[in-house]
Amino acid sequence: MVHKVIVETTINGDPVELLCEPRQSLLEVLRDELDLTGSKEGCLTGDCGACTVIVDGRAVCSCLMLGAEAAGKHITTVEGLANGATLHVLQQKFLEHASLQCGICTPGFLMSAKALLDHNPNPTEGEIRYALAGNLCRCTGYDKIVKAVVDAARHGVGASQHGKVPTESTAEVTRDILEREKR
Amino acid sequence: MTQSTIKSEFTVIGTRPIRHDGIDKVTGRARYGADIALPGMLHGAVLRSPHAHARIRSIDMAKARRHPGVKAVVTGADFPEVKGVMAQVGELIVNTHYLSLNVMARGKVLYDGHAVAAVAATSRHVALEALELIEVDYEVLTPVMTAEEAMKPDAPVLLEELRTKLMAHRTDPGSAEGPDRPTNVPGHIRFERGDLAAGFRAAAHIVEREFVTAAVHQGYIEPQNALAIYGADGHVTIHCSTQGSFNVRTLTSSVLGIPEGSIRVVPAEIGGGFGGKTTVYLEPVATILSKLSGRPVKMVMSRADVLRATGPTSGTKMKVRMGAARDGTITAAEVWLAYEAGAFPGSPFAPGAMCTMAPYNVANLRIDSFDVVVNRPKVAAYRAPGSPASAFACETVIDELATLCGIDPLDFRILNGVREGMPQPAGPPYKRIGFIETCTAMRESAHYQARLEGPNRGRGVAAGFWFNGGLQSSATVNIHGDGSVSVVTGSVDIGGSRTTQAMIAAEVLGADINDVRPVVTDTDSIGHTDVTGGSRVALATGMAVYEAAHDALAQLKARAAKLWEKPIAEVRFAAGTFSAAGNGVPPMTLKQLATRLARTGGPIVGRATLNAGAVGAVGNAFAVACVDVEIDPETAKVRILRCSIAQDVGRALHPGYVEGQMQGALAQGIGWALSEEYFYDRNGLLRNAGLLDYRMPTCLDLPMIETVIVEVPNPHHPLGVRGVGEVGIVPPMAAVANAIYQAIGVRMTELPMSPPHLLKAIGQRGGVTLDSHAAAAD
Repeated sequence: MVHKVIVETTINGDPVELLCEPRQSLLEVLRDELDLTGSKEGCLTGDCGACTVIVDGRAVCSCLMLGAEAAGKHITTVEGLANGATLHVLQQKFLEHASLQCGICTPGFLMSAKALLDHNPNPTEGEIRYALAGNLCRCTGYDKIVKAVVDAARHGVGASQHGKVPTESTAEVTRDILEREKR
Repeated sequence: MTQSTIKSEFTVIGTRPIRHDGIDKVTGRARYGADIALPGMLHGAVLRSPHAHARIRSIDMAKARRHPGVKAVVTGADFPEVKGVMAQVGELIVNTHYLSLNVMARGKVLYDGHAVAAVAATSRHVALEALELIEVDYEVLTPVMTAEEAMKPDAPVLLEELRTKLMAHRTDPGSAEGPDRPTNVPGHIRFERGDLAAGFRAAAHIVEREFVTAAVHQGYIEPQNALAIYGADGHVTIHCSTQGSFNVRTLTSSVLGIPEGSIRVVPAEIGGGFGGKTTVYLEPVATILSKLSGRPVKMVMSRADVLRATGPTSGTKMKVRMGAARDGTITAAEVWLAYEAGAFPGSPFAPGAMCTMAPYNVANLRIDSFDVVVNRPKVAAYRAPGSPASAFACETVIDELATLCGIDPLDFRILNGVREGMPQPAGPPYKRIGFIETCTAMRESAHYQARLEGPNRGRGVAAGFWFNGGLQSSATVNIHGDGSVSVVTGSVDIGGSRTTQAMIAAEVLGADINDVRPVVTDTDSIGHTDVTGGSRVALATGMAVYEAAHDALAQLKARAAKLWEKPIAEVRFAAGTFSAAGNGVPPMTLKQLATRLARTGGPIVGRATLNAGAVGAVGNAFAVACVDVEIDPETAKVRILRCSIAQDVGRALHPGYVEGQMQGALAQGIGWALSEEYFYDRNGLLRNAGLLDYRMPTCLDLPMIETVIVEVPNPHHPLGVRGVGEVGIVPPMAAVANAIYQAIGVRMTELPMSPPHLLKAIGQRGGVTLDSHAAAAD
């Protein structure tokens, strides 16, 4: 019998206390223990990127990290990308550009793209392709995915806060917060 | 860019609405097969053969059975013996005996990864632990890994009962060919016309080449999965990611001997398929494990399982001899094709034969194609099965003939290209097709018109054919009291087809696309519907939705007539409004009329079921790809500088999804051309069963993909649709090969054209320096 460990972490802005086996990957914990099945399993070897989440600001394959390693970290999954009922600009642009066909790789692409835009709000096409090269899509040939990220960048993605990136509709709120902080 | 031969008379069709399932899919809410969990659910896992070819002497499950947390174990002994029946299941022709043996080995294992036993346990980890405790005693046999080896008279025989059969057409059971002795070549198909010798005598130029292509995998990102619940009453519910829920029902029924009516298949969202999810692997196993344990059992393949034991498509060996007269007319073509089927008969050797040379009208033609069993996983359908390999061979030779004749390669194809009424390789004449229009559109495209300059750079084009469509579909169109509409089909949505079905209903009913809800349902809730495959969903299910919407419309007109006390014939419908001439009856919109349904006879359900005919009977599609490459002079790595694809789609219902299909197909073709390959060692073990070493294109490997949508309406479809999913994968391999030739003067006859293969070819050619242009090298 494998003994479970208690892990205290922050997922999509919420404090979470969970029990997991030491051998369980973060992906397993998200999917099987927390029912956050938006992160997908495509390979379990870090090659396809379908399980990409953001851990303390960095895009990470959650299949390559143990659940126990999530302790004390801030984790954003695809379920935490929208701001309530308002889609993140990347989500909106993926829909507008028909960037998904089967959609299984989409959560991973969204999270890799968010990590990119959080650090580099105005990437070139080459920088976008470089940042997304760890995510495999077999349906689209990437054309419409890259176009969506270019378009999302054009529509201004600011700094992230607790996994919530301001969308066009929330940009004003964010500006207010930043102004207040300055004062 | 869309090039249509007719003006659009539509309001919804041809627009780009956002897909109805889109929000679920960008927020992580959509439930794919592996996302479904049930209370008390067990996790299953499969033990797979570590040998390519071996006799199973014994399997000892005792230790695994005793492992804490293990609730059920199965081996081949738990499966019923299934007689060999050739069943037409959708676009597949399935031998149920071999399907059963592929699901779980009995007596012999025939490939690295062949399923040998399975367990169900309280967690995935416990199930994997239990697999380690299963003891299998194997007598290892010599593996046969390629078609060329397997066809030798002294090759080890995989299946003693096989005899070569000569087929006259794709679904012909065939008749005995040659002596009554065991063989690895169960199938041979031949098409012949004209006088081959005379054709070659008339040729000014003759090109003869041999080709080899590696097996490649469909590469869907979502591994196969199945969740089975076996009830105490003998009824089974299966949740899984499949392209054909009715296929799963039929095939699981045949493997387990459970009546079809006792099985309900609920299709989950599906993470790609490309043909690879049209058969069953885990579904029957999960069902037995559920029956034995009395609990729901979920099984999900690992990526290594996917690569070792599902798909791929055939590796091939091919020979082509072709002649052309000085004016560029192809005078004769002789094509010999051998397709590796994997461990059991059933490679796409027949469609391969029917598609190669299909774009050309050649008077003197002979095509032989062979189905060859080898110690590899049983192949599954992969996007235009059979056509890409045979097109690679013929399109490369055609490029060479065009060069020898001094004719532009697209003009050469137009000169020899098929038109309405000309015969297909298999004999029947083409109906209205758009091959010439597709070649012309590519010739006039911005890409083809642009100059390509620089060292080690070249441009190549190639063409391809696929049948498309046909088979059975069902649809219901429900008119709700608020005037909204739901469209129910059994066609799994793998790339936005829900929305295209909704668009068809919206077009017919004059409804807003956002007032139409498309639903994909399970096998008990809709009439039989064949696979999401064969480029048939927009075509055949689209036809069913079109007819069901018209059925609903006719009923709506009858209600309006009743309300207005007028003859039905006097009710007119245009632009979403019902009206009748005379005595001041106010027109009604669909929404207004819908509020009166309860009082005029109750709900309205439009329905349609149909069989759109045999595969290829309607819809035939052609594509032309154009690729610019640059070859790294040090590493021989091929970089794609620019690529585009022109395709006759008949009618683009949702141009965004049509472009997406074309782009995705071209990208898969480029992977097939340059980097994808199964590596087996000399013991027949797969050495690259992971996505790091099975190298599919990433977004760094590709540029933007330009699309030229050609619309030559299909006269056999009410909306002109031909289907769009598959044909785009057919031309890219030859287009890349032809571009490499233009760049460095080397003819590539082996796929993939990876740096090692390309360096080898350059070495064999000798004297070619990589910074000299092809024209100079020649």
